[in-house]
Amino acid sequence: MLEVRKVAKAFDGFQAVAGVSLAVPRGQIAAIIGPNGAGKTTLFNLITGHLRPDAGAVLLDGRDITGLPPHDVCRLGMGRSFQRINIFPRLTVFQNVQAGFISHRGRGLDLFSRVGQLYREETEALLESLGLLDRSGEVSGFLSHGAQKQLELGIALASEPRLLLLDEPTAGMSAAETRETIQLISRIAAERGLTLLFTEHDMEVVFSIAQKITVLHQGRVIAEGAPAEVRNDPEVRRVYLGERR
Amino acid sequence: MSGLRRIPWALVLVVAALFVPALGSRFYTFVATDVAILALFAVSLNLLLGYTGLVSFGHAAYFGIGAYATGILMKKAGIPFLLAFPAAGVLAGLFALVFGFFCVRLTKIYFAMLTLAFAQIVWAICFKWNDVTGGEQGMPEIPYPDLAWMERLPLAGQLRTSDHFYLLTVVLVAACLWVLRRIVGSPFGRILTTIRENPERAEFIGVNVRRFELIAFVIAGAFAGLAGGLFGIFNRGVFPDFVYWSKSSEVLIMTILGGIGYFYGPAVGALVLLVLNQQITSYTQYWPFILGTILIVLLFAFPSGIVGALDAAARRLARPRRA
Ligand SMILES: Nc1ncnc2c1ncn2[C@@H]1O[C@H](COP(=O)(O)OP(=O)(O)OP(=O)(O)O)[C@@H](O)[C@H]1O
Ligand SMILES: [Mg+2]
Repeated sequence: MLEVRKVAKAFDGFQAVAGVSLAVPRGQIAAIIGPNGAGKTTLFNLITGHLRPDAGAVLLDGRDITGLPPHDVCRLGMGRSFQRINIFPRLTVFQNVQAGFISHRGRGLDLFSRVGQLYREETEALLESLGLLDRSGEVSGFLSHGAQKQLELGIALASEPRLLLLDEPTAGMSAAETRETIQLISRIAAERGLTLLFTEHDMEVVFSIAQKITVLHQGRVIAEGAPAEVRNDPEVRRVYLGERR
Repeated sequence: MSGLRRIPWALVLVVAALFVPALGSRFYTFVATDVAILALFAVSLNLLLGYTGLVSFGHAAYFGIGAYATGILMKKAGIPFLLAFPAAGVLAGLFALVFGFFCVRLTKIYFAMLTLAFAQIVWAICFKWNDVTGGEQGMPEIPYPDLAWMERLPLAGQLRTSDHFYLLTVVLVAACLWVLRRIVGSPFGRILTTIRENPERAEFIGVNVRRFELIAFVIAGAFAGLAGGLFGIFNRGVFPDFVYWSKSSEVLIMTILGGIGYFYGPAVGALVLLVLNQQITSYTQYWPFILGTILIVLLFAFPSGIVGALDAAARRLARPRRA
C-alpha cells in the first residue's frame, strides 16, 4: 500500500534522512523506532508531503505521490497525527473533528448551508469511540494533554484514511493512558481495516502491537523485521535498546 | 436570557436604523450613513482578519476600486446605480483575485506587506491617471442614484435626497451583512477558522489552504468594493486617499477596536471610532493624538475589543443567576 524508495532529506547540510526505503502492505501494523533525532518525524513529513524529499520517491497504492502537497495526499487516503499536539485550539472538540468530515467529504466550498449540525452523527460516533463525547462542547485548547492527544487521533480519523500515520501517539501520556490509547488504536485499526504506520518510544507498546518494525538510526534503516528478530538484532541492541533502557 | 436570545436583534436594529432620518437631523443621517458603510467595510476585512487569520494592510485598495468603479460608471458613463453598484463588487473582487493570487503564496507579515504593496500601486494609479480617475483632484460630484420613487413610500415622502440615499444604504448594507453572516456560518466559514487556528493541520485534513485563502480574499475584496461604491456617492466624490494606506489602517483599527472574534465587532468598532471622531474633532484639532491614546487604553483594557469586553461582562452578570 505504501512504498518509500530511498528518500533523503538534508537540513543545511545535515542529513536527517539518508536514503530510507520501506514498504507497508495493506492491513499491516508497522512501527518505526529509533533514538531521538533518528529522523522518524522527518520521514513522516516526507511521506505526507509536508516536506519534499531531496531524492527518492513515495508511492501510495503504486501511485507516485512524491512532492504532492499534504492536502492532496490526505485526499488520496493518508491520514496523520502529530507528535506535538497539532489541533485547532480555539475550536471545540466537536468542531475539530467535524471540520475533518467537512473537508474530506468535499463540503468545504459550500458557502450557504448552515454548518451547525452538519455530520453530527458521524462526528459524535467518532468522539464516542475515542471517549471524548462528553467533552464535545469544550474548547479543545483547554483539554488535558492526554485528551488532546486523543483528539489529535480523532481529527486524523475524520478524514476516513485507509493508511494512518501516527507520530508517537502516546507521547507524554501516563502509563494507564498509554495502555488505553494503544488498545483504542488497535481496535479502530481492526474495525476499519486500516493500514497503520507509527513511531513510538515505548518499547512495550511497539512490541505488543507491531507486526513489523523498522529501526532507524541517524537517518538510516539499520534493521527491519518481525518484533522478535529486531529485538535480538545485535546492532539494534547496541545503538538503541541498550542505549535507552 | 434565552427569551432575549430569540429576538432577531439584527432585524430590530435595521428597522430602527431606517427611522434615523425621522429624527429630522441632517447630521445624524450623515453620521449614520458613514457608520453603515464603514461597518460593511470593516466586517468584510474581518472575514480575513478574524475568520481566516490573515492580516491585510491593503484592504482600502478594494474599497477604493469599488468607489472609483461606481463613480466612473455613474458620472462618466451615465450608467444607473442598479448596475454601477454591483459592478463595484465585481471589479473589486476581480482585482482581489489577481492580487490575492500572489499574496496567498506568502504568509504572515510577508502576506501583509504584499497586500500593502498592491494597495500602494492602486493608489499610485488612481493618483496619476488623470483621464480616468481625475488624478490628484479625484472625481467630485458623483450623482446620487435616482431615488425619486422613494417619495411615494409611506413616511419617506418628506425626506431629503441624502435621507433617501441613507435608506438605500441601510437596506444594501443589511443585505450584504446577511450574506457575509451566512458565509461565516457555512461549512466554508468553518474551514476558514481551521486555517486561522492552524494552517499546517488544515492542510492535513485535506484543505487546500491557499485556495481557501484566495476565495476568502476575493469575497472580502468584493464586499469592500460594494462598501466603496456606496461611499463614493455618500461622499459626493471619489478621491485617491480612499485607497491610501491610512485608509487601510483606519479600517484595521475599527475592526480590532470592535473585536475580531465577533461577527458584529468590527461594525461596533466603526460606530465607536466615527462617533468619537465626530465628537472630538469638534472640540480639538488633536484628533490623531487623542485617537492614539484611546486606542492604547482600549487595547490594554479590552484586548478582545469592545464587543469582547461587553460579552465578558454579560457572562459575568449571567453566572450568579444560574448558580
Ligand atoms: N525543520 C528542520 N530544520 C532543521 N533540522 C531539522 C528539522 N527537522 C528536523 N531536524 C533535525 O533532523 C534530525 C531528525 O529529526 P526528527 O524530528 O526527524 O527525529 P525523530 O526521530 O522524530 O526524533 P524524536 O524521537 O525526538 O521525535 C534532528 O537532528 C533534528 O534536529
Ligand atoms: Mg519525532
